[in-house]
Amino acid sequence: MRYKRSWLSVIFDTFNYLFLGLFACSTILPFLYVLACSFSSEKEILERPFYIIPRKIQLTAYEYIFSSPTLPRAFLISIFVTVAGAATAMFFTLTLAYPLSKKNLVGRNFLLALISFTLVFGGGMIPTFLVIKNLGFINKFWALILPGAISTWNLLVVKNFFQEIPQEMEDSARVDGCSALGTFLKIVLPLSMPVIATFTLFYAVGYWNDYRSSLLYMTDNKKWPLQLVLRQIVLMAAGNIDGATFDEAYTQPPLEGSKNAVIIFGTVPILLVYPFLQKHFVKGIMIGAIKG
Amino acid sequence: MNSASVQLHGNKKSKGKSKLTTIRKDLWLYILLIPGLLHYLIFKYLPMWGILIAFKDYNAYLGFFDSPWVGFKHFTDFFSNPDFRKLLSNTLIISFYNLVFGFPAPVIMALMLNEIRKEWYKRTIQTLVYIPHFISWVIIASLTYTLFNSQGVVNRYLLQMGWEKTVPFLTDGEYFRGMIIGQTIWKETGFGTIIYLAALSGVDPQLYEAAIIDGANRFKQLWHITLPSIKSTVVTLLILRLGHILDNGFDQIFLMSNSLNRKVSEVFDVYVYTIGITRGAFSYSTAVGLFKGVIGIILIYSANWLAKKVGESGLF
Repeated sequence: MRYKRSWLSVIFDTFNYLFLGLFACSTILPFLYVLACSFSSEKEILERPFYIIPRKIQLTAYEYIFSSPTLPRAFLISIFVTVAGAATAMFFTLTLAYPLSKKNLVGRNFLLALISFTLVFGGGMIPTFLVIKNLGFINKFWALILPGAISTWNLLVVKNFFQEIPQEMEDSARVDGCSALGTFLKIVLPLSMPVIATFTLFYAVGYWNDYRSSLLYMTDNKKWPLQLVLRQIVLMAAGNIDGATFDEAYTQPPLEGSKNAVIIFGTVPILLVYPFLQKHFVKGIMIGAIKG
Repeated sequence: MNSASVQLHGNKKSKGKSKLTTIRKDLWLYILLIPGLLHYLIFKYLPMWGILIAFKDYNAYLGFFDSPWVGFKHFTDFFSNPDFRKLLSNTLIISFYNLVFGFPAPVIMALMLNEIRKEWYKRTIQTLVYIPHFISWVIIASLTYTLFNSQGVVNRYLLQMGWEKTVPFLTDGEYFRGMIIGQTIWKETGFGTIIYLAALSGVDPQLYEAAIIDGANRFKQLWHITLPSIKSTVVTLLILRLGHILDNGFDQIFLMSNSLNRKVSEVFDVYVYTIGITRGAFSYSTAVGLFKGVIGIILIYSANWLAKKVGESGLF
């Protein structure tokens, strides 16, 4: 022990361990409860207070979800947007970050100023909407993928990472007759696999969780991703959102259990990638924090 | 590298040739820039130019160029609209609560985590508290709804504990701000600790050892060593936060608002959406958005200036 423990110190430690433990439980227990509810009968959900193990496991909630094509379709759309979005975003981010990492690039400071300015000021929701509309992207999946394809913060972190790669490695490739493109593809990218993995995951989570783009740009509800359908099923059906009409594809309004099942649908993919994400994001944040 | 090969050959012809190859080699760097820069032009700078419609009466048939100029009409309309005061006070109150309760929360939690000596316990806590950051607002609003509605598990516990009737957490404006701050704290506190914990891990352990020898108790160590080591991080994040004081986060507020709590839940971000997208008043809502953006940029530069004034490094 590094210090003499006074009684005050012991009280503080006890409180500290307990409080943090409780907070940590509060982050995971709601999900476990919802998971349990999604496998329970309506009666059990209404009768029992908080529980995490259902008395009898049943699949009515999931059967209900699959009784119409709405949710499976939304799930597939979300997966498509997430995969295509993350790939597009990585293409834009990597190709822009690499030239900007070269300190002798003519016009670099100007370009960096132009890019950094978007961190403090932007066109706002309506002008952006009008740009997307005039591009003819309404009800096109491009509208969900392209506008968010570069996060300035991610771009700057990747640029800083590229700057850290020893120039000598690239120089030797260039002497051997490799073009800048060849050096980028054959030397720089293979050295950047951890960073690529991190930001692919970051972008993927962003696309998966995004509902604002589809709210703004997708008027056709057959093209809605999971988040928007989820909002409709859980919040609208509950009357929490005005002007709501429930999706006519389902013959009856959702039961409590099926709402829980929908929430699980939206959460599980995130929880599946979380272990991989966690391995990297601390480091990712650090690179950004040190260099600003 | 290339100059070496030039010296090796030494004649003029190959010198010229190698210069040409250098340019051709660097040409790729400029080609690589193109998609990303186009992205910034189309999706970031074109909308900024589009802000001009705030000074026009935008009409979809006439289009961007032919719509008539109206000067500051939309701004005077907005400032004289009774909605303006409501929006401003709703926005500022939520921001103020977020600043007072939401901002210190990760600092405090990082300090608490820093006091935990059992590594496995600390790591488990960290793994769990980072999770909500990655969950979408739709899911969090849905969870909140499921848990807090009048038949939800929270209300059932309250009834069991002797409450006379259910608490309308979701439908009464009185609870709206509390719910919003609660959600934010639950979602972002854990993740927010990362940056402070990083600053704390950089502290030289010898400082603590010396302090112990000098007889400093834990509180004194916290005050004289731990807190100063995260001071500049706190200031930096505070600057960023001040710049966003008029942003309440559209996603969260929009999902949590309903006709029953509209009096307190209507903030600038949601207002721009309702007026602009739902009712099609593009020019007016752009003016509202511009007002918000200009205040934001003024705030962020002032906060930065202030931070430098008090001896911190600032952001730029």
